[in-house]
Amino acid sequence: MTRGNLTRRGLLRTGAVVTGAGLALPTIFTSRASAFTNDPTGDTVTLGFNVPQTGPYADEGADELRAFQLAVEHLNGEGDGGMLNTFSSKALQGNGIRGKKVAYVTGDTQTKSDAARASAQSMIQKDGAIMISGGSSSGVAVAVQGLCQEAGVIFMAGLTHSNDTTGKDKKANGFRHFFNAYMSGAALAPVLAKNYGTDRRAYHLTADYTWGWTQQESIQAATEALGWTTVNNVLTPLAETDFSAYITPVLQSGADVLVLNHYGGNMVNSLTQAVQFGLRDKVVNGKNFEIVVPLYSELMAKGAGDNIKGIFGSTNWSWTLQDEGTKAFVKSFGTKYGFPPSNAAQTCYAQTLLYADAVERAGSFAPCDVGAALEGFEFDGLGNGPTLYRAADHQCFKDVLVMKGKEDPANEFDNLELVEVTPRAQVEYAPDHPMFAGGELGACNNGA
Amino acid sequence: MDAIILQILNGLDKGSAYALIALGLTLIFGTLGVVNFAHGALFMIGAFCAVTLNRLFSLSFEVVDPTKLDFLGNPAKIKTAYVEAWFGQDFGAAIIDWSVPLAILFSIPVMLAIGFAMERGLIKHFYKRPHADQILVTFGLAIVLQEIIKYFYGANPIPTPAPSAFTGSFDFGAMLGFDVGQIIYPYWRMVYFAFSLVVIGAVFAFLRFTTFGMVVRAGMADRETVGLLGINIDRRFTIMFGIAASVAGMAGVMYAPINSPNYHMGMDFLVLSFVVVVVGGMGSLAGAVLAGFLLGILQSFASMNEIKSLLPGIDQIIIYLIAIVILLTRPRGLMGRKGVMED
Repeated sequence: MTRGNLTRRGLLRTGAVVTGAGLALPTIFTSRASAFTNDPTGDTVTLGFNVPQTGPYADEGADELRAFQLAVEHLNGEGDGGMLNTFSSKALQGNGIRGKKVAYVTGDTQTKSDAARASAQSMIQKDGAIMISGGSSSGVAVAVQGLCQEAGVIFMAGLTHSNDTTGKDKKANGFRHFFNAYMSGAALAPVLAKNYGTDRRAYHLTADYTWGWTQQESIQAATEALGWTTVNNVLTPLAETDFSAYITPVLQSGADVLVLNHYGGNMVNSLTQAVQFGLRDKVVNGKNFEIVVPLYSELMAKGAGDNIKGIFGSTNWSWTLQDEGTKAFVKSFGTKYGFPPSNAAQTCYAQTLLYADAVERAGSFAPCDVGAALEGFEFDGLGNGPTLYRAADHQCFKDVLVMKGKEDPANEFDNLELVEVTPRAQVEYAPDHPMFAGGELGACNNGA
Repeated sequence: MDAIILQILNGLDKGSAYALIALGLTLIFGTLGVVNFAHGALFMIGAFCAVTLNRLFSLSFEVVDPTKLDFLGNPAKIKTAYVEAWFGQDFGAAIIDWSVPLAILFSIPVMLAIGFAMERGLIKHFYKRPHADQILVTFGLAIVLQEIIKYFYGANPIPTPAPSAFTGSFDFGAMLGFDVGQIIYPYWRMVYFAFSLVVIGAVFAFLRFTTFGMVVRAGMADRETVGLLGINIDRRFTIMFGIAASVAGMAGVMYAPINSPNYHMGMDFLVLSFVVVVVGGMGSLAGAVLAGFLLGILQSFASMNEIKSLLPGIDQIIIYLIAIVILLTRPRGLMGRKGVMED
């Protein structure tokens, strides 16, 4: 029988360790049970708005930022409340999010993926942002969505239209309210067939990056399904400003429709130059030559001036809609800023409210709880009619608007007129549709 | 054949812009020995002179019209341009319509002033510094200038249409015996090409046939000797900087209807214009003009679908490939002189 070497000092040391461990263990278990990145422990909760404040999409970014600021005001009970009054969910009370005052930080994506990731990372690590939102470029959105997935925060995408955002690059922590290229094609093609006929030959000029590729693919598929043929698809560099060398071959191609899969400054320049080269005055194959711009924005329409008159495109939303949600938002935004909001602004405003509402309904800021509250969520009153946040891919499904450049604008904001509200059912697709295949949502990540 | 003619025409207007910018760059380099990376920004500011004059002419007063509503449902404020109120609706509308050509007159003093301010305020302090320092400071200046423009005008392109008399296209196809509509070329691009020839001719004539020009050319050849003759060559070179800025500015003004001005347009032209200068031969005015048109047309050809299907991406690198070939075979460029940038 051996006797243990028990000393007074040894006993004290062992006792201290056991006591310390005993005190610490419950804390460790407790924190492990609910820990997540940037758990807001004080009186405020910080949201990160990552928009292009410099670079070619800075104007879109500025409008997105205005909408985010307005949403924060409304969440904190300031102003007239905007769409909080029309939102079908009544979880938000204008007292912040779960009683915590909403604060925000902003980042500049510069419309560059690496800069966008760096600013998002800074907002998460340095500023304690619990949710990141913003956009204006699908390349940026995909990059930031990936970062948020790794960091364990929710990403509420702003303006991103590529199929890939909720297709092959979808992530469990990422959610998109904006529509996508497939939906543009599904909404636009029947209107094009109705107005231009089913026997058309289309020539595509396409911005050479993820958004351009998926939009071209979607429009081609949708128009060919209705009888059109595609003569050619020419990829144009994103940095190109003079499209004359790309437009002149259209004249000799036998095409009678030019589809411009361009956005922002690209679209303004390519459309302006196509009009300068007289394409819209031509008659080819016995038909008037037509130009189509599948994705419109109000800011682009303003930039293209008179050249946009009579040209069809699609948008996620329009300030000219007459539902109560839209009227409330346009009133709030217009009163504060003096001009109507763009559809980029509306999606950012809606995303902020949707996030806050999901936190309230989940009763938790934990990303996985918030994600679960958003998945399969059906809502109304945010300007797009009845909307579903589909659980399978985190894509919102709602009506899509087909717009046309207005021939006789009543004022400087009146550039686009509503042609058709395409019902949600017409733009829905299966989660495993080939255009969206190749990726998995994966598991949600709480981080920490 | 019709496709080839079209691409030659296409190359002319882009070549015109390259030639005008490269001409100004060469003037500055030839006189002051400065590699001016802010020259593209001067082109951009010129385009914004057109935007500014258009906005000045469009300045309006508002009258509330209770019969119409604005987007918030309030009585609409109807805008009427002051020029239309002062000079009658037709004449006032014509002034606004012709704002781009009129902006040429507006841009000359503005660009001269900016050129003088740049040269006296900043660039003169870098005359004796290495070219790398000059490039860094002028590149930084270009970024500052474009950010200032973005602050006041935003980031999106601003439509600045040509006078309505020049809208539409000329049908070269019908004239040359091809099918109607096969070879069309916008009127304003033809105007731009003609304008560039006039400006280039005027600059050459100014340097060739005026006493001022003769002194400048002498100074470019041998600055010290001209100085020893008691001529203030620095002052003349400062004026040449202003003239080069004005040439870039006028090129930008007239380019505004071709590409809606945006704050970044100068950078888009700058690098290629430098390649043009190098290909033409550093310090050679004629070389800059020749290389400008040559590379503009070659770039246009490289954008043809037939060529891109054989060599994908060739349109993006053709200018650099040509530059490599020319510099390997003629290290001083097409018309470069011995001793320039060789010390």
